[in-house]
Amino acid sequence: MSGILTRIKDKLKSYRVPGYRTKFDYKWTMVVDLDRCSGCEACVVACYAENNLPVVGKRDCDVSRRFSWIRIERYVEGEYPDVKVKFIPIMCQHCDTAPCEIGCPVYATYHNQDGLNVQVYNRCVGTFTCATYCTYDVRRFNWFTYKWDAPLEQQLNPDVTVREMGVMEKCTFCIQRIRVAKDTAKDEGRKVTDGDMQTACMQSCPTDAITFGDMNDPNSKVSKLAKSPRRYRLLEELDTDPSVIYLKRVMDDKKGSGNGHGSSHG
Amino acid sequence: MDNISYKEVNEDVVRTMTKTGWKYWVALILCAGLAVALWGVPWGYQIYVGQGVTGLNTPTFWGIYLANFVFWIGISHSGTLLSAILFITATPWRRSIYRSAEAITFFSVLTAAIFIFVHMGRPWNFYWTMPYFTTRQLWVNFTSPIMFDVFAISTYMTSSVIFLYFGSIPDLAAVRDRVTGWRKPVYTYLSLGWRGTDAEWHWLSKSYTFFAVFIIPLAVSVHSIVSWDFALSMVPGLNKTIFAPYFVVGAIFSGTAAIVTLMVCFRKAMKVEKYITLMHFDKLCMLLLVMSLLWSYINVVEVFSGWFANTSAENETLRYRMFLAPHSYMFWLMILTNSILPLLFIFRRLRTSIFVCVVVSIGINVGMWIERYLIVATSLPRKFLPNMWHDYIPSLLEISVTVGSFFFFAMLFLIFVKVWPSISIYEVKEDIGFPMRKGFKRH
Repeated sequence: MSGILTRIKDKLKSYRVPGYRTKFDYKWTMVVDLDRCSGCEACVVACYAENNLPVVGKRDCDVSRRFSWIRIERYVEGEYPDVKVKFIPIMCQHCDTAPCEIGCPVYATYHNQDGLNVQVYNRCVGTFTCATYCTYDVRRFNWFTYKWDAPLEQQLNPDVTVREMGVMEKCTFCIQRIRVAKDTAKDEGRKVTDGDMQTACMQSCPTDAITFGDMNDPNSKVSKLAKSPRRYRLLEELDTDPSVIYLKRVMDDKKGSGNGHGSSHG
Repeated sequence: MDNISYKEVNEDVVRTMTKTGWKYWVALILCAGLAVALWGVPWGYQIYVGQGVTGLNTPTFWGIYLANFVFWIGISHSGTLLSAILFITATPWRRSIYRSAEAITFFSVLTAAIFIFVHMGRPWNFYWTMPYFTTRQLWVNFTSPIMFDVFAISTYMTSSVIFLYFGSIPDLAAVRDRVTGWRKPVYTYLSLGWRGTDAEWHWLSKSYTFFAVFIIPLAVSVHSIVSWDFALSMVPGLNKTIFAPYFVVGAIFSGTAAIVTLMVCFRKAMKVEKYITLMHFDKLCMLLLVMSLLWSYINVVEVFSGWFANTSAENETLRYRMFLAPHSYMFWLMILTNSILPLLFIFRRLRTSIFVCVVVSIGINVGMWIERYLIVATSLPRKFLPNMWHDYIPSLLEISVTVGSFFFFAMLFLIFVKVWPSISIYEVKEDIGFPMRKGFKRH
């Protein structure tokens, strides 16, 4: 009896939650160690290069239309000289109960078999619903068809689509690299393990603050880091169940104590 | 309306359709021209260049277009309310105005539906939101509130057209019997061979009652669903349980106000003061007063519960909406026009003053437009992460499209009064005594 009930509940949930699955092949997870992050924005630059992000120019930057899929949010607290600057890199959190997936009327954004929140550019009709519902403001819209001046179009990544106007996009966890790693692993008859692939931001990070891997594998680096007591997830109270895990930065409580053992701040 | 004969009613209504002065043509050409110039051309440019020509930005992805969409859906509720609810409750004063009200419903839903396409990034792919079978086995997402919208609005539009058409069949037949020239075949076709037999009247009344009962829950559900576009998100300021009733009340409020405004223009322009009397305005203004009180109540509840929640995001949204936003004075203007000015209708003398009616009803519609605008444009700029906060100021193109939509609506209504009997001939006759050999006999 209870088995049937569970099956019915499962079936209902599969209707309610787009892309709902009980079992994922992988559970791609990113761990960002804020104690290591120096806020150098190398990840931002790497993302622009890897994912064919257009540079929109001064005017569009002024009206908040920057294209960076990953951004460093910077917050300043207090008055000089007692100033604390905090920063946090934010990219698509690949939520497991993503608000954006509920909103899209045409399944242009959905959950795939790897637990990734993916965006199908060709299917997107541009209703803006996903971006409005997104609680992290990580979605970017192609306001125009952006052009690259010659010879810059020569450096576009051939593995990644160049998007046209009217299409929503966001961080994909470098899905093109995940695909290559999965294909290679499949040919060799094994699962993807740590070291098979890196995302562009992770690869470019000088302090190794970003780690990427499979949460389903208990021996992966992310699984171990995720057990850290410094672990938290962004806006966790909203119950979006994000796949990006932040490790809290340990900060001084008082100015000038400088021993690094004060109570921690996010 | 005692001194009107049956013949006079027929002739008056046919006259509004056949006798056309130069003023009408000037108004029609002006409205059509401005609709194309202010809406058509800018929209074409926007489709060609991209949504970047609007003032939208990264946190504020929905702006004035969505406000217009909700506003026009709201206006559409006038027809349903006046026609269906008052029909079921057998209220006699609905008879001379319900036809125009139903037309307003259809035209404003049409305008609203076009705004969905205006706000889309790739409107040429709009048909992907329809559940049709494709070889690629793509299907639509039934969990999406936008998907609910597609169904709700298409159902509502279809039903309101059928409702309007069913109620007009005897009148179309009456017009058919009195016109000549090119109109004759058109109305012969439209009246579906109506002869006025008992059986025909019986089935007409049956089907009309059916649609009247059918369309009321439909109208309520349509505006609830429109509110869910916002309320089912997690954005502070949009994520409100009370939104569905709030939007329904607001819709009826603005719809009734729109009817008052249009009725004043209509009776002046068409010289039909004997059918649309001060008594009608008296009743409509009472309705406006009730709706205004309801709206104010829900508005207070919304603000209070947001304030009482005392979460940082909710507080910031409220503060932004009332004091800090670039157009925060609009909030207080809205309170003035929607909550305070309608209180004038407490007095009968002011309810029957055409001047006061016009001022207050236009004020209400301005206020209701502001309400929709503020909901979108002051919630999205203040989402959860302060680093991304950014104000939204509509571009000139968006404002032009907004103004153009009013001319588009006016154009549709002007065409309507010439091609359709805009006052119900057969129901107005119910108010007049039977024509007897010696004068009239009252019911």
